[in-house]
Amino acid sequence: MKKFFIALFCLSLVGFGAAASEARLTPARSVLENGLVLLASEERGLPMVTFNLLIRAGSRYDPQGREGLANLTARLLTYGTRSRTALQISETLDFIGATLSAGAGEELASVNLTLLKKDLDVGLNLLAEILTASVFPAEEIGRQKQSVIAAIRAREQEPGSIAQRKFHEALFPQSPYGRPVEGDEKGVARIGRTELVEFYQRYYRPDRAILAVVGDVSHQELKDKLTQALRSWQRGAGAREEAPRVSAGPATVIRIQKNLTQANIVIGHEGVTRGHPDYYVIQVMNYILGGGGFSSRLMDSVRNERGLAYSVYSSFDADKHVGTFQVAMQTKNESAEEAIRIAAEEIRRIREKGVSEDELQAAKDYLIGSFPLRFDTNRRLASFFAQVEFFELGSDYPERYPDLVRAIRREDVLRAAQRYLQPEKLIVVVVANQEKSQPKQ
Amino acid sequence: MRFFIFCLALFFAALAPRSAPAQPGKVQEVVLDNGLKVLLLESHKSPSVTFQIWYRVGSRNEQDGKSGLSHFLEHMMFKGTDKIAPEEYPRVIAKNGGRSNAFTSSDHTVYFATMSREKIGIAIEMEADRMANARLDGGYFEQEKKVIMEERRLRTEDNPVSALAEVTGAVAYTVHPYRRPVIGWMGDIQSLSREDLQKHYQTYYAPNNAFIVMVGDFSTDEILEKIRAAFGGIPRGPEPPKVEVQEPPQRGERRVSLKKEAELPFLLFYYHAPNLKHPDSFALDLLATILAGGRSSRLYQDLVYQKRIARSVDADYGGLAADATVFSVTAEVMPDKEPLDVERAIGSLLGRVRAEPVSERELEKAKNQIEAAFIFGQDSVFGQAMRVGQYESVAGWRHLEEYIAGIRKVTAADVLRVAKQYLDPDRRTVGTLFPIKEKKQ
Repeated sequence: MKKFFIALFCLSLVGFGAAASEARLTPARSVLENGLVLLASEERGLPMVTFNLLIRAGSRYDPQGREGLANLTARLLTYGTRSRTALQISETLDFIGATLSAGAGEELASVNLTLLKKDLDVGLNLLAEILTASVFPAEEIGRQKQSVIAAIRAREQEPGSIAQRKFHEALFPQSPYGRPVEGDEKGVARIGRTELVEFYQRYYRPDRAILAVVGDVSHQELKDKLTQALRSWQRGAGAREEAPRVSAGPATVIRIQKNLTQANIVIGHEGVTRGHPDYYVIQVMNYILGGGGFSSRLMDSVRNERGLAYSVYSSFDADKHVGTFQVAMQTKNESAEEAIRIAAEEIRRIREKGVSEDELQAAKDYLIGSFPLRFDTNRRLASFFAQVEFFELGSDYPERYPDLVRAIRREDVLRAAQRYLQPEKLIVVVVANQEKSQPKQ
Repeated sequence: MRFFIFCLALFFAALAPRSAPAQPGKVQEVVLDNGLKVLLLESHKSPSVTFQIWYRVGSRNEQDGKSGLSHFLEHMMFKGTDKIAPEEYPRVIAKNGGRSNAFTSSDHTVYFATMSREKIGIAIEMEADRMANARLDGGYFEQEKKVIMEERRLRTEDNPVSALAEVTGAVAYTVHPYRRPVIGWMGDIQSLSREDLQKHYQTYYAPNNAFIVMVGDFSTDEILEKIRAAFGGIPRGPEPPKVEVQEPPQRGERRVSLKKEAELPFLLFYYHAPNLKHPDSFALDLLATILAGGRSSRLYQDLVYQKRIARSVDADYGGLAADATVFSVTAEVMPDKEPLDVERAIGSLLGRVRAEPVSERELEKAKNQIEAAFIFGQDSVFGQAMRVGQYESVAGWRHLEEYIAGIRKVTAADVLRVAKQYLDPDRRTVGTLFPIKEKKQ
């Protein structure tokens, strides 16, 4: 699941633009006394409220030998607090028809809650409890460890997930960014209650968190209620965090044998972080190469012209401290080499010849024009607000975005393709029936 | 299912199990002279507008040996008209800031676009154009066939749970076309011809066999004018042939096993059940929620939480189908646990719900869950349009307005009665996925 987490960021961050000055895209912001950043936007159309909490407690904080700790901590948040058992929590939520989920990515853990307005107090109290008073009961730890181990096994039957895991391992060797968020079976089995409690106490702190709330409630009401409900939630030690050092692994070819009808292919290398000054020009370039769905070159050459794949795309996923570039596709075993060759050829072509004025304009039109449409649910709005805060894009970001994209010229795209697509560094992962998919000697 | 974004559509549908107008009567229905029905629901909470056209044709309308025809046609509908070049449709939508796609199910084929109010007219015009003038260009036929075969490999051949659902469905129905997969059997896809597609198009793509659903930020009068201008001139077609096949009653359990490379066993129970036109549909929805809605539900508590023999469980009443349908129960088996033990545990729980009435609190909880989900479902314009379309396709959209009242009326005795009647072991088909070890090369 972890790559989805990054993908979500990118999906929503790529497409900003247009009617950005709309008030609905600019939440009210306040910082509570304990350091929690609160972003709130009133949407009175429906009697519901959506919460999205991000907290700097992702798998990059896993101690060595305890890989999977952040994920297990997040999962256990809703399995027992000082005043409620796991079953009582589930009963409370189900009785009001609310949805509450918690999980971890590489950088962040997240908690999502959606409920009816009339149940706001019930939900806020529960949210406060899991953030300040989770107790990690031994029996629940055992249960969740079993469940995580089952998830680790289950992902082995998903070829796409195997390909992603192998790609990230090769790209970020010896780094938390190269590991699955869930960890491995051995690491998970070793995790004990003390470590969970320590992780929770150290990282689940209000000054490490962003809470975005969208729905039938005012900023002031939320602020008052949260101040009350979270009064026992104290700031952490506040030690300055070093940005992690990451060095990318070398070009390589990795073949994984599976009795499949299709080869699952991932080709890529290191990308850029979200804060990189060339982020926008890279996104425009990638839209043309393979990010633009049916409008992309890869879709044309791999799918439409040759019928080699149903799905093919490229992405520059950009997180706080790392980024990746990848092309992903599936094709019958026998055409794996052809599909890889064509993808490589498209990478070469955009580096050598750049893009046409029409392609550039179409990319800009989509990125700018689709922006206001992308945040068409409370959940997406909440997630957008939290990300803008986390990536420090500034409250005027929606207004700036169209200009950032509009200013991009063909020569910028060419320069970006030449600099950020690096054929000599490509890591190629092929999960397939190798007997059929490998080039004949 | 032209692209993997289809997952998104499923996701919306899942998020919006019961989306509907907040107040009854807000959907405006207009029928054009050529028989095209138009359903319009204004919603001004975000600037997007969803336009969907639903053709009343899916795998249900296909013949043996021609499975997958409706889906293949859906792909070929993107190969242009006299006005629009092949594959140009999604590019035009994207250049105007919109997103577009299509999907096929057993009962219908749906094309959709989400755009701003100012731009949605472009989608309306192009959709009208291809209702009448699709070229189904033969020059693209063979490539697209390959694409669809890749799609089938991706979705079914290399996905053990989908493969199980396909083979179990083929046994649960003996004569009704629901026994055939929507994407079609591989052999059938291979042998379909361009003439098959043309005939299918001529038979089913007419205004009197379609309806439009629009939800979002538009004015009804203005949009109706656009729809009339675009679609009004397309002549009514002959009435398409009706599907009158009736599945004979099942007498005795059927069992299917699938042995395939996989990590975890999977269990699938299909019980025959009526569709939502039947008054029992409300009680069947509640029964599904009582069994598997949330972590406090019966199946989850017993199999996942207490016994720890299943990794996940689900129960789903598939009432949104044109003909008699199935109530399904599924479980993913934990590593090192026996499918038979899971089957027994499910059997014993279903036995209980057929023997004793549920408590008032449990019933109230399930009603609250359904009602909350109904409101949450209105958060997305796409999700709302999907639900209006599904209801219209099966029973008429007005059934939606009675939904919550119908749910509220159900008693514990009703739930007991439908459980007894429909969850009869003699009327079920049990499919089991038995993982086999990867064959070494």
